[in-house]
Amino acid sequence: MQLWLIPLLPLAGFTINGLFGRRFSKGVVNAVAVGSVLLSFAWVLKTLIALGVLNTAYSEHYFTWIQSDAFSVGCDMSVDRLTAIMLLVVTGIGSLIHIYSIGYMAHEGGYYRFFAYMNLFMFFMLVLVLASNYLLLFVGWEGVGLCSYLLIGFYFDKKFATDAGNKAFIVNRIGDFGFSLAIFYMVRQFGTLDFGTVFSKAPAAPESALTIIGLLLLLGAAGKSAQIPLYVWLPDAMAGPTPVSALIHAATMVTAGVYMTARSFAIYTHAPMAMEAIAVIGIATAFFAATIGMAQNDIKKVFAYSTVSQLGYMFVGVGVGAFSAGIYHLMTHAFFKALLFLGSGSVIHALSGEQDMRQMGGMRGKIPWTCWTMFCASLAISGFPFTSGFLSKDAILLAANHHAPWMYWVGTITAGMTAFYVFRAFFMTFFGDYRGHEHHPHESPPVMLVPLVILAGLSLAGGYLFKVPEFLGTIFPTLEMPEDFGLMAIASGAGLLGILLAYVMYVARPGIPDAIASNLRGLYTLVYNKYFVDEIYDAAVVKPVVGGSRLLLWKGMDAGIIDGMVNGVGARAKSIGGALRMLQSGNARSYATWVAFGGVLVIVALGVAEGVTR
Amino acid sequence: MTQVPASWFLTLSAVLFVLGVAGFIFRRSVITMFMSIELMLNAVNLTFVTFSYELKQVDGHLFVFFVMVVAAAEAAVGLAIILTVYKSRATLNIDEVNSMKN
Amino acid sequence: MDVILFLVFAIIAVLAAINVVVQTHPIASAVSLIGVMGSLAVLYLLLGAEFIAAAQVIVYAGAVMVLFVFVIMLLNAGAEVRKGRSFMASLLGAPVLIALLALLAWFVERIYPESVGVHFGGFTGGGPEAIGRALFTTYLLPFEITSILVLIAILGAVVLARKEID
Repeated sequence: MQLWLIPLLPLAGFTINGLFGRRFSKGVVNAVAVGSVLLSFAWVLKTLIALGVLNTAYSEHYFTWIQSDAFSVGCDMSVDRLTAIMLLVVTGIGSLIHIYSIGYMAHEGGYYRFFAYMNLFMFFMLVLVLASNYLLLFVGWEGVGLCSYLLIGFYFDKKFATDAGNKAFIVNRIGDFGFSLAIFYMVRQFGTLDFGTVFSKAPAAPESALTIIGLLLLLGAAGKSAQIPLYVWLPDAMAGPTPVSALIHAATMVTAGVYMTARSFAIYTHAPMAMEAIAVIGIATAFFAATIGMAQNDIKKVFAYSTVSQLGYMFVGVGVGAFSAGIYHLMTHAFFKALLFLGSGSVIHALSGEQDMRQMGGMRGKIPWTCWTMFCASLAISGFPFTSGFLSKDAILLAANHHAPWMYWVGTITAGMTAFYVFRAFFMTFFGDYRGHEHHPHESPPVMLVPLVILAGLSLAGGYLFKVPEFLGTIFPTLEMPEDFGLMAIASGAGLLGILLAYVMYVARPGIPDAIASNLRGLYTLVYNKYFVDEIYDAAVVKPVVGGSRLLLWKGMDAGIIDGMVNGVGARAKSIGGALRMLQSGNARSYATWVAFGGVLVIVALGVAEGVTR
Repeated sequence: MTQVPASWFLTLSAVLFVLGVAGFIFRRSVITMFMSIELMLNAVNLTFVTFSYELKQVDGHLFVFFVMVVAAAEAAVGLAIILTVYKSRATLNIDEVNSMKN
Repeated sequence: MDVILFLVFAIIAVLAAINVVVQTHPIASAVSLIGVMGSLAVLYLLLGAEFIAAAQVIVYAGAVMVLFVFVIMLLNAGAEVRKGRSFMASLLGAPVLIALLALLAWFVERIYPESVGVHFGGFTGGGPEAIGRALFTTYLLPFEITSILVLIAILGAVVLARKEID
């Protein structure tokens, strides 16, 4: 079936564009980059069609990577239903975003570099998804982290962009540390990293071991999928170009954590404490990020916090045992969040770089296509009845209620907040009077609009086209839950309430937000400044580590001990040489004395030898 | 006792040699140092001849012959060097000819 | 009789050697050295080394020492001035010499337990005929090389000591 072609086509695109892209014209770069991803998507379709029903996993083994006594890791790829969904999302949405980028990046410098990095990212993400052992997954995991760093810092001449790239990579590293420890523990516990073997051995393993592995994997997932406490990199990652935010920080890379925890369900179902931790962190993050999102003024930051919040929802789904619901939301979120980002990119493009919503307004007449496609996405994310987002979010909330009712209520309030801040952004951008300075806002070219339209259609109808929970029923243990229309109604009601509130505050009575802000000055400042979490991290973690490192490791160890040893050898040689130099006095008489002295020693030595033999 | 023990000759030779070393170490004039060298060479010559007597072979004498030739050549060249050094440094004190210091 | 001869000339040699080392004026040292060489020549005769004794007087005392005296005269060397110091020499000089003498004497006594007696006529192989025979048969190569050595020494001395022609 040649599964290896799926990741390798984008890799070939990266290589060609990376090595020769400088000399290519834009058209050739486009053809190579977008073509490789489209070909990969086509190959995915062909493979999935050929595999048919996929009741069992289909694997291919390429070569043995590590062989050490009883432990061996191979380069294995496998496809089952979960992989199929991920492959379609990654390659499908990836293709749309690549097409969009042709228009968005048309006037930016470093054109070929952008597409090369995007292709490299696709390669690593596909490796991550197709891997059938934890080590190969980790290769993809690290690789997407690297590409995220490269793409966030794409505008490398701007310090805030490079700082954001560093921050993303370093915070991810903390998560990767947890992941590595989990892998070590797995090797110790199971003796292998292959999915099939590990998952079949998991039920028999002691619960404490599984809990430790689960919590360490959760640390890794929290880093990659921006959950508390490692979410801080995602809002700053908006420094990268908007297609990057759409692809990496909405649809694919950040969902890798959800995918990985869902894939490891065999471990988690036998470690209830770890699953509980996942759910709690998920719901906390969802609520927390939603509150921050309500007060932001940069349109991309709003959607960044929204992503963090929605990822929290997915974690809740996984944590309460509704794995298919979590993956369902992953898919629908990919649709509408990518659309929201691409749409905001279209707005930014129309306003020649303006990102502050306070400088926008009344755009719906000028960029209608962008406006109404974003409207579809906003409806979906708010859980408006019968959109895709509604179906997936409800699945999660129902499962949460089944597990612990307080999670349902927190989740519903968060759904209300989600609707509020999304429509706040929508109304601030497209309604009211134009508050900015741009004279000719213009609609985006078709190459940017077509993906928007496709994604809008998917946001509305995708939930029906791809019935994920039934599809994944063969893999995950199903959660028996009665359909509770009352709860569904309450959740939808919360969403509609949020929309209404946003309408009132930002269209009907525009003076209310400022009044609230000035009355609740303290609370507003706290929320607007993201609860000062970054500042707290800086003071509590970053500064002590950097300072301690500087003092202890740099000055103490490196300069003091290691350099001291090396320099000490030189200084010792110098001092010995200095002492020996005294022998060379230039005085012939002292030389003669030394000779006579040496002669005496030689005679003594000979005498001793003579005495010994005699 | 009409015979001189040969060991006495060797002892005399040792004494003369040590006196030569003493002269070399403790005197400062270059010419006197040279003369101490000649003294040392003579002491060694005595040793060679003594052993030649004991072994009843003439080879010791041949050694002394060559030592004498070389000593004469060395004295000639050495004194020429002393003349040159005196011409450039105007001193015969060995402690002042120390530009090889350090 | 031989013993007395030995003792007399041994004592003269030692005293003259001490004088060489002790005198401050080089010319006095030179004359003392001639005395040493003369007494050594007598001792060589006692040991049956007739040729060597003659060579000692002719070459050493007659040529080398005369050369020394000439150079002393040329340089107008005066009494030695005690300037400059050597730390090593003053520190180690005396002990080393005493040690050297003691060691050598001890070794002589140990290696020569029963002494061979030396008297006139004890060794007759030291005449010119024997030396010449050995020189031109066994020691021919060193002989030839030594002649070249002497040539080099002559050339060196001439080059070093000549006056620059202005």
